[in-house]
Amino acid sequence: MTNETFKIPAKAKTVSMVLMAIGILSLIGGLAAFAFGDSLHQATFWASILHNSVFFLLICVASIFLMAATSLAQAGWIVAFRRIPEAIGSIVWVLGGIVLVVLIILVGFNHTEIYPWLEHGHIPDNGLNGLKLFFLSKPFFLIWTALTVGLWGYFGRLISKISLDMGTDKEGSVKLFWKNYNTSAAFLFVFALTLASTIPWLWIMSIDAHWFSTMFSWYTFASSFVSGMSLIMLWMLYTKRHGNLELVSQEHVHDVGKFMFAFTIFWTYLWFSQFMLIWYANIPEETVYFKIRMHGPYAFFFWLNLVMNFVAPLLILMSAPAKRNYFIVSTVAVIIILGHWIDFYQMIMPGTVGENWSMGLLYDIGLMCGFVGLLIFLVSNKLSKSPQIVSNHPYLKETIIHIS
Amino acid sequence: MAVKKFATATYSDEAVLFPAVKKTRGAGYKVHDVYTPFAVHGLDEALGYKVSGLHVAGFIYGLTGTSTALGFMGWIFTTDWPQNFGGKPHFPLPAFIPITFELTVLFSAVGMVLTFCYLCQLMPGVKKHIFNPRQTDDKMVMAIEVTDENAAEVETFLKGTGAEATDIQIAEEGWWYGRYDKEEEYQLKTQEA
Repeated sequence: MTNETFKIPAKAKTVSMVLMAIGILSLIGGLAAFAFGDSLHQATFWASILHNSVFFLLICVASIFLMAATSLAQAGWIVAFRRIPEAIGSIVWVLGGIVLVVLIILVGFNHTEIYPWLEHGHIPDNGLNGLKLFFLSKPFFLIWTALTVGLWGYFGRLISKISLDMGTDKEGSVKLFWKNYNTSAAFLFVFALTLASTIPWLWIMSIDAHWFSTMFSWYTFASSFVSGMSLIMLWMLYTKRHGNLELVSQEHVHDVGKFMFAFTIFWTYLWFSQFMLIWYANIPEETVYFKIRMHGPYAFFFWLNLVMNFVAPLLILMSAPAKRNYFIVSTVAVIIILGHWIDFYQMIMPGTVGENWSMGLLYDIGLMCGFVGLLIFLVSNKLSKSPQIVSNHPYLKETIIHIS
Repeated sequence: MAVKKFATATYSDEAVLFPAVKKTRGAGYKVHDVYTPFAVHGLDEALGYKVSGLHVAGFIYGLTGTSTALGFMGWIFTTDWPQNFGGKPHFPLPAFIPITFELTVLFSAVGMVLTFCYLCQLMPGVKKHIFNPRQTDDKMVMAIEVTDENAAEVETFLKGTGAEATDIQIAEEGWWYGRYDKEEEYQLKTQEA
């Protein structure tokens, strides 16, 4: 069994360059059209950047989470294609850097059209809001964001590095296995305090600063994880199609497909739990969040979100043969990623640009193309430098004989 | 339900059982069933069993549960006894979702258990012919349907597959309702045949 580096076709590079060019042109167009206008134009400009940069960062962080969780569970099946989440995880620092720059500008320059709490007195200082005033304050926001992005980037690279070291160090592979185990535990601790709790509150929920939901972070996490699994699926099938990853069989594809199916239902469960409690209690300050989404200008996205992220994957992926069919799973993976992109869209846009979403839609799609191109460029670049098989991994045999 | 003649072969090792099953099927005999005291992995493939339609049945039971829940609650709260609960509409779909989900799971779970029992011919209070009492202890028993003409030939063939013991039995092939302490009827039936 040869252990070559990935062979990524030259076409991937061309496509990524074209997509990135579209993204940069959209950015320039957006800069000219929106960036120096009134508050609504500025909101259009920044909300789209925030939407795309945060979405693509979070779906890449999902790869680190998957590796950490499977390492702690001592799962063998993932080893066959572990290079894919490693490559996606090790570029988190780039996307994290972009998000950090965007948030420093937004918060540092008082962009109240995105984050209304930046305005002094927006959250009344009536003695009841002490902790909330601290939570939604410039210093805490910036320090916590910088710390989070830094740690995610660090762990993404570290986990990938340990695995690459394993390939060259046969004697030390068991030691590196346990180092990876401990690193994963540390990452999950960081993950629980950031993506699974505070970060979606800070970055996304604080757009509607008076509205709050404790489910929100879990809902965002489920959204990012299911689209992160779809991203891994797409990369896995793409590289396999071009003659890589000979260890990956239908069994591994079936398992990733199961994750996509299961977390689709998990996402719906969280989405519905958040929705139903608010619908049932019917308290005006809570229902205002759903009024604009369900009965206002975002009604189309609201229902499209449910169809693309729940109904379609549920019905298409339900049977076992469907999860083993490469065409079906890759199609559903694209539906899921686009669906959750729309999910993030309807999280961010109503509170920023309100009913004027159509003005910046093309610009938003252009930016999405740019980020997709950036992702293809960085991941294929990273993949083409690493050997396909995690040699000397203690679970290598287990992953070869794995049956889902 | 029919009383038939079977040739049985007893094995105590699955390493012998697998080639024996393969050889028997290869020779063109129809294996009635193989009884083992524990789950022998791969035996279903060796016997040529296809994936059952159990999961399709489960999906249909689930849909039945969904429509039962929505239909019943919808009928109650819109037609039979409409009431105003906190200003909610008479068909408050979000409030019905948890119950609909529960009934979907309940119907598909109970339905699948019962279907599974039917497919395996297992049910409280029903009986099946036991070819060898030790098939639930430490022996594996293969049963092959035979006719009066080829019974002796099959038994000789089974001896050649490495069986520890073989015999010819007349037995009811299906399942029936009955008690183990009231066996006279069954004994008579098999003796006649």
